Amino acid sequence: MKEKRRPDMWIAVSAVLFLLFLVFLIFPLFQIMKQSVIAEDGGFTLAQFRKFFSQKYYTNTISNSLKVTLAVTACSLLVGIPMSYFYSFYRLRLSKLVFTISILCCMSAPFLGAYSWILLLGRSGVITTFFRSSFGIDIGNIYGFGGILLVQTLKFFPLVFIYMNGAFRNIDNSLMEASANLGCTGLKRLFTVVLALVMPTVLAASLLVFMRAFADFGTPVVIGEGYMTFPVLIYREFVNENGADYGFASAISVIAIAVTALVFLAQKWATRKFSFSLNSLHPVEKKEAKGIGGFLMHAYCYLVCIIAFMPQVFIIYLSFRNTNAAGTIFVDGYSLCSYRAAMSRLLMRSMGNTVKLGLLALLFIIVIAIMISYLTVRRKNVLNDTIDTFSMIPYIMPGVVIGIALLTAFGHKPFKLTGTFTIMLLAVIIRRLPYTIRSATATLSQIPMSIEEASISLGASKLKTLTRITVPMMSSGILSGAILSWVAILTEVSSAIILYNNRSITMTISAYVAITRGNEGMAAAFAAILTVMTIISLLIYLKISKSEDIRL
Amino acid sequence: MRKNISIQHAVKRYGNSTVIHDLSLFVREGEFFTLLGPSGCGKTTLLRMIAGFNSIEGGDFFFNDTRINDMDPAKRNIGMVFQNYAIFPNLTVRKNIEFGLRNRKLPKEEVRAQAEKFMHLMHVDEYADRLPDRLSGGQQQRVALARALAITPDVLLMDEPLSNLDAKLRVEMRSVIKEIQNKVGITTVYVTHDQEEAMAVSDRIAVMNDGVIQHIGTPKNIYQRPANLFVATFIGRTNVLKGRLLAESGRTFIETHDGYRAEIRGVLSGYASDRDIVISVRPEEFRLKVDDGGDGISATIRDSVFLGLNTHYFVTLSTGEEAEIIQESSIDSIIEPGTRIRLTVNTEKVNIFSEDGSANLLAGVVNDNAMEA
Repeated sequence: MKEKRRPDMWIAVSAVLFLLFLVFLIFPLFQIMKQSVIAEDGGFTLAQFRKFFSQKYYTNTISNSLKVTLAVTACSLLVGIPMSYFYSFYRLRLSKLVFTISILCCMSAPFLGAYSWILLLGRSGVITTFFRSSFGIDIGNIYGFGGILLVQTLKFFPLVFIYMNGAFRNIDNSLMEASANLGCTGLKRLFTVVLALVMPTVLAASLLVFMRAFADFGTPVVIGEGYMTFPVLIYREFVNENGADYGFASAISVIAIAVTALVFLAQKWATRKFSFSLNSLHPVEKKEAKGIGGFLMHAYCYLVCIIAFMPQVFIIYLSFRNTNAAGTIFVDGYSLCSYRAAMSRLLMRSMGNTVKLGLLALLFIIVIAIMISYLTVRRKNVLNDTIDTFSMIPYIMPGVVIGIALLTAFGHKPFKLTGTFTIMLLAVIIRRLPYTIRSATATLSQIPMSIEEASISLGASKLKTLTRITVPMMSSGILSGAILSWVAILTEVSSAIILYNNRSITMTISAYVAITRGNEGMAAAFAAILTVMTIISLLIYLKISKSEDIRL
Repeated sequence: MRKNISIQHAVKRYGNSTVIHDLSLFVREGEFFTLLGPSGCGKTTLLRMIAGFNSIEGGDFFFNDTRINDMDPAKRNIGMVFQNYAIFPNLTVRKNIEFGLRNRKLPKEEVRAQAEKFMHLMHVDEYADRLPDRLSGGQQQRVALARALAITPDVLLMDEPLSNLDAKLRVEMRSVIKEIQNKVGITTVYVTHDQEEAMAVSDRIAVMNDGVIQHIGTPKNIYQRPANLFVATFIGRTNVLKGRLLAESGRTFIETHDGYRAEIRGVLSGYASDRDIVISVRPEEFRLKVDDGGDGISATIRDSVFLGLNTHYFVTLSTGEEAEIIQESSIDSIIEPGTRIRLTVNTEKVNIFSEDGSANLLAGVVNDNAMEA
């Protein structure tokens, strides 16, 4: 039902938001597209695209990305689904810890896992050296395809785990009983009934993993070496030492957006096509995990958690180890020398910038997300639907691309923002906004309209109704979404790597720089601090949010 | 202060579809007035136009002499009770009830005293400092009513307030609502689709269909002398038989298609001539006897349901029409299915309508939309 309304403050809000999106999202996006097809003389050209598709060096990165991403998706499902099944249908000991560790793993900074695994299994990794010196066995190393696969799988299987938990929880016990009653039990029931019921979620989770893995920059750049993936290529072309080729980087960015957009649309289509609603009045009661089966289930879950969490623990451990004077090699003994080195290398500034960036971005994100969710839920019209669509665009833009787009648009006068804190802030706001909007919208649509009408009929103004009734009712949803955004901002790499300079440097970038320069000790110190910050934030999040349905 | 509500030529449009064309209504001060109709008839839309949550595309709405069409909903001084109660879940019961009072910037002591008074009146004082999610449906309903009344509104609007409660609570709460309304004496507009509920609480009822008021009257009048066939079938149950009206030397008769004829009095003079009609016979207005070849519509018992006080019979008439009959249960055995019977009607109580069902042909319909009782 559509209703004509008297004009109020929301029209102004719509207009302002629309303008902001035009300036800070659509304009950069347009610039990057323009740059990809406009030659230096100003004429239209497809030369950049021709260059990309005619050289194996470039097209290989697409097939590399697709290959490793598909493998990661498959492995994440293989690891995540059984774990979620055990977790949802059996009473496991320490299940809370299993859940917590899964979240910690998937929210850690993208390249930290890669870096830590290199220290463990790389050419001179702890484990590799141990095998070589003790047994004379060369167990190879993990650079390239295998390394990306390992690190990304351990990072993304929790997404599958969390999604599947939600789906399994929605299966009504009566469906289980009905199938048993019809003669279908045990493994047969698991495959024909249970997995069939959660198939839409499996699909949704795998597409989510695909998108994340495809856009991930931090992991392949650290551990990929010769195995170059698409986001790494974009970055390399953009910061090319032989002079950046903006036109070509733009063209690759456009291709990247096209690929992710395609996956995104496929996801939307698939969820609409295959979804059916389950509502469970009687969730399945968890069974006792007994006997050899129970032992294996516990062993499996614990093992996955230990392997996935080991890099973070190892990094923290290393940060307290002694290093040589240059800080490039770890030596025997323990000290705080890595932290002292980090202090001398902008630790305070990085930390200050990170906190400032996170808090400021959150402020903007929360305010904008509340307004947009209010507009799209309560004031449906063409303009607001357009704003909603705009706000979802960053979903399909890899972070590197957002960075490049912003630089392209605001890299010169009159809007020269290059190297400023502002442009970093813009990037993280744009990147995290869609997620917070989704959770705010979901929360708001649960709140019946009549609550606001009740407030107004009791004499409260519209503004007062919003601030006193609606926003407090949304607050739990928004707050938990905001903490996740905070963590994501703490660990943001891909856009920041394009935009930072010495003044606006953040923790993740400091860690990244230390890694690339071979300052192992300092890298470990930065990484350890970052990891601890992330863990503390997530523990607060888990304390606040009672639901286990996490929108990552 | 108590106010009357006057609605003149109201029009409501959603886009290109008009849901209310031209509706006029008068609610007297202090009256319990109910809008009753099937879902989609426009009753909630009309209520929300009074409240200010739906725009008004035409016509005038008045509280006494004040035109409220363009008045902000917050300024109309309305108490509203919503279908889902709309209790603020983040505020305690007391804070919920004080919410409207605080918006008036009344002194603190007054806010507190007024809230106490209505919490006491609605028997929710013992939950004063609880959060609403720990209250039952009936308790939430009481809080919603207390909150609406605490601001001493000019009119009280209630949108299907009982539809979320179970059957037993519904009956209990409707007498609570009626009692409070009597005590406070506030002009009340109540929306429901449940005709029994409407009859139980209302001073007057407006039966609506397709955005048009079909009949406004007391519960007794709309039941006994419905203005048209829609009202007759919507309020209570009724059997609809085809027949003819016959006028002979100043007397009028109804005749069914199988030849049963009975005299009927009170036909409006304009209609007292031979014509096709529709006869509406409520189940209790039939008299039933086992077929002895005497006068009456011949019929066969199809099924029966014994409900204690009454016994319901489902019969097929010789014309092929189906009918339901309610008889006070007798100590004799229930009449077996398949038994042939004769039916006569209580001509004082039946209603007859024009062939298209649009008008009651009998005197006594009171379509009461006047300013004063």
